[in-house]
Amino acid sequence: MLSFIARRFLASLAVLLVASYLVYILAASTGDPLSDLRQSSLPNKTTLIQQRIELLNLDLPPYLRYFVWAGGVLGAFIGKFNLGDTVDGQHVTELLGSAAGTTLQLVTGALLIGIVIGVTLGIVTALRQYSAFDYTVTFISFLFFSLPIFWIAVMLKQFGAIGFNNFLADPRVSTPAVIVLSLLSGVVWMGIVGGSGRRRLTTFLVAAVAAATVLIFITLTGWLNNPTLGPVVTTGLSAGVAVVVTVLSTGWENKRSRYTALTVAGLGLVLYYPLHLLFDQFSIINTFTVLATVIVITALGGLVGWLWGGLDRWQSVRTGAITGVVVALILLLDRFLASWNIYFSQVANGRPIGTIGASTPDLVGSFWVTGIDTFTHLLLPTVALILASLAGYSRYARASLLEVMNQDYIRTARAKGLTERTVVMRHAFRNALIPITTVIALDFGALISGAIVTENVFAWSGMGALFNQALHKVDLNPIMGFFLVTAIAAISFNFLADVIYSALDPRIRVSA
Amino acid sequence: MSSIGPLPPVGTDAGLGPGGEDPRSALSRVDPTGSPVESTSIELKEVEGLSLGRVVLRRFRHHRAAMISLVVLFVVVILSFSSIGLHVFGLNTAGWWRWTFDEVPSIVNGGQPTLTIVPFEIGSHPFGQDSVGHDMFAMVMRGIQQSLMIVFVTGIVSTFIGAVLGAVAGYFGGLTDSLLMRLTDMVIIVPLLLLAAIVGNAVNGPSVILASVLGLLVWTTLARLVRGEVLALREREFVDAARVAGASSARIMFRHILPNTVGVIVVSATLTMSATILLETAISYLGFGVHAPDVSLGLLISNYQTAFTTRPWLFWWPGIFIVIIALTINFIGDGLRDAFDPRQRRGLKRSARLDKKKAELAAAAQAGS
Repeated sequence: MLSFIARRFLASLAVLLVASYLVYILAASTGDPLSDLRQSSLPNKTTLIQQRIELLNLDLPPYLRYFVWAGGVLGAFIGKFNLGDTVDGQHVTELLGSAAGTTLQLVTGALLIGIVIGVTLGIVTALRQYSAFDYTVTFISFLFFSLPIFWIAVMLKQFGAIGFNNFLADPRVSTPAVIVLSLLSGVVWMGIVGGSGRRRLTTFLVAAVAAATVLIFITLTGWLNNPTLGPVVTTGLSAGVAVVVTVLSTGWENKRSRYTALTVAGLGLVLYYPLHLLFDQFSIINTFTVLATVIVITALGGLVGWLWGGLDRWQSVRTGAITGVVVALILLLDRFLASWNIYFSQVANGRPIGTIGASTPDLVGSFWVTGIDTFTHLLLPTVALILASLAGYSRYARASLLEVMNQDYIRTARAKGLTERTVVMRHAFRNALIPITTVIALDFGALISGAIVTENVFAWSGMGALFNQALHKVDLNPIMGFFLVTAIAAISFNFLADVIYSALDPRIRVSA
Repeated sequence: MSSIGPLPPVGTDAGLGPGGEDPRSALSRVDPTGSPVESTSIELKEVEGLSLGRVVLRRFRHHRAAMISLVVLFVVVILSFSSIGLHVFGLNTAGWWRWTFDEVPSIVNGGQPTLTIVPFEIGSHPFGQDSVGHDMFAMVMRGIQQSLMIVFVTGIVSTFIGAVLGAVAGYFGGLTDSLLMRLTDMVIIVPLLLLAAIVGNAVNGPSVILASVLGLLVWTTLARLVRGEVLALREREFVDAARVAGASSARIMFRHILPNTVGVIVVSATLTMSATILLETAISYLGFGVHAPDVSLGLLISNYQTAFTTRPWLFWWPGIFIVIIALTINFIGDGLRDAFDPRQRRGLKRSARLDKKKAELAAAAQAGS
């Protein structure tokens, strides 16, 4: 293993070195970095040109200038890391730092949600293979896969932002819309749950009526104008989460797990008012304290599981902890919604969904208001990225699970008399995740390079935008800085993918 | 012959028993119980006595979405090339459409599309006009031609490079393999947009060059897949047999091994092509791809995205054709993958399920009576 890592490291270093030289020469040949000054009519044109030549060592030919740049990179070993300056004299290192931060903020959420939804869709379609639901999801995911992302993004801007903001001015769902949406919900849930004709009919009715109730409730109470959850809805949601988590993780028959999950849901209600008091202490509330609260509630969930115990104590702990995370997130959501009104009327002036940039400029507000601001600005680009990446994950998860479900050990598990839930969740799902893990690792590596097109449409200044602008200006140092960061990320996550794969699947050995 | 075992390698004469029969089929026929295993014979009945090519063709023809896609794609190709004619390498032929993509006719009715379904009427500008007066139909057709040309050139270049490098790396192994795989790593980390920018700014040539450059960058997935296949195939008996018969390395690679990886190659090439059409539109959108006065579908959308509220048709038509082309190529790729995958027995599964249902119904009827 050690020799594998060492050899791989050296090979990657060589690849990086050669590729960076290549990229430098190629980037230098895209055009003339002085062209904007040459065409300008400023009186001090020659001085400016001279200054830029000195700043960027443009008097050296590119194949030598590379070594000036490489020297700056190697300066990292003596504490003088330097990626050079842009044509405007800014330091690339600082630019890269802020751009990478913006990009991570934009892409991480999209990637995580995309993975969760994609894998879930893939699993459900694999379990309902060749059903109408499967065909519909397959068609829709192929459709999104075939849509250019800027087309999706422009549409989202039109309908998601402008349309939805107009809708929010007078949030009433019309009767035909209620009927169509309810029927749609019924059909979708019927497809997901499946089963006999009678069960399908029941599912259809329950889902349709539930959707209709929610929509009518929203219309009648004007909920969207003044969205709050309150203790009652919060507890209801927590109880629902407790049931779902129990059913998926240990099965409803497991008494201790059931009690654990429901206790944690009750804990959410007990903590509701104390937490609100804590959350209103604006001076101490920031990202870290909120994160700490979530962790504490998760740990409490685990503790509840430990106390309930049972035949397999760790199962209860796991159920409790998972329920705890989700309950904590619901509590946070409730608190965020409580600040919605302030944001809606005072910051966004009634048009909350943002289409430009990462945040409202010069916004000063509590943690909750700035949180909502970030969310409303993230919403559309995130949806665009998710829609574009959904197809890949769902198709991959579907193929992977189908492959596993045909294995002999699944037949063995069924023959032992295990329930379908245990077979799917414990024997099939976990093994199906192994190949997906590698894809995810590779995608995380590619993530830092940003979503050039999405950033362009929504005017985010992330890595993609940095690279794009530098390319248009023939600005070598930012191009090379971008290349360095993305290449290192790609190489290390590629390597990580191999290691994870061999760790998860003992049949694979990394000795090559 | 009731069961033929795994499909025999195509294009190989070595390794087959007398009469061109796969020796492994004899093995699977000799069963401990003396009779062929029931399930195998049912599963393989549909492919009995057929060559791999025919089996694949047959499965592909049964893939409804892929067949529909093939027809639709064909119609789009015919439409785009017949309407405004061919314009490549100075060769210009006229089409049946009255405008060309660079003509500027006078604006009729504010540039609104004249296409109506009821009553069906095409009119002088079915897809409308832009603010200058360019005929949108002619421009979209030209865009389709450009996009399809880029897709096919990129597909051919990348498939050729990927297949050859993958085969060489997998077959020779050792130092060759390591060097080629490091080359692959290198190509993966070179930003694609950079090369597109070079083609756009420095070369400023026709889009064929852009397509070839894209082809030089997107072969890496295929090379890795082919390498993996070749690594497994080169240990098989028919390769030994060919070597003993005195075949050269090149002959073994290209006559004996590569034909067996045709499934992987074809499927991967199709998927690369469908990815390329989106890639081309994205690059053109960012201003590095096809340049004015020529048009591509991505460039059209990029040029007219600000007109979305005032002249939405300028935005809709190129987008719809991008989706149609990408979607059809994706479905064709999906159909090919199913067709080449020997584990896919979709039609059979469905009929087996029907049989089961019938049996259940019969049993229920019996129990009821």
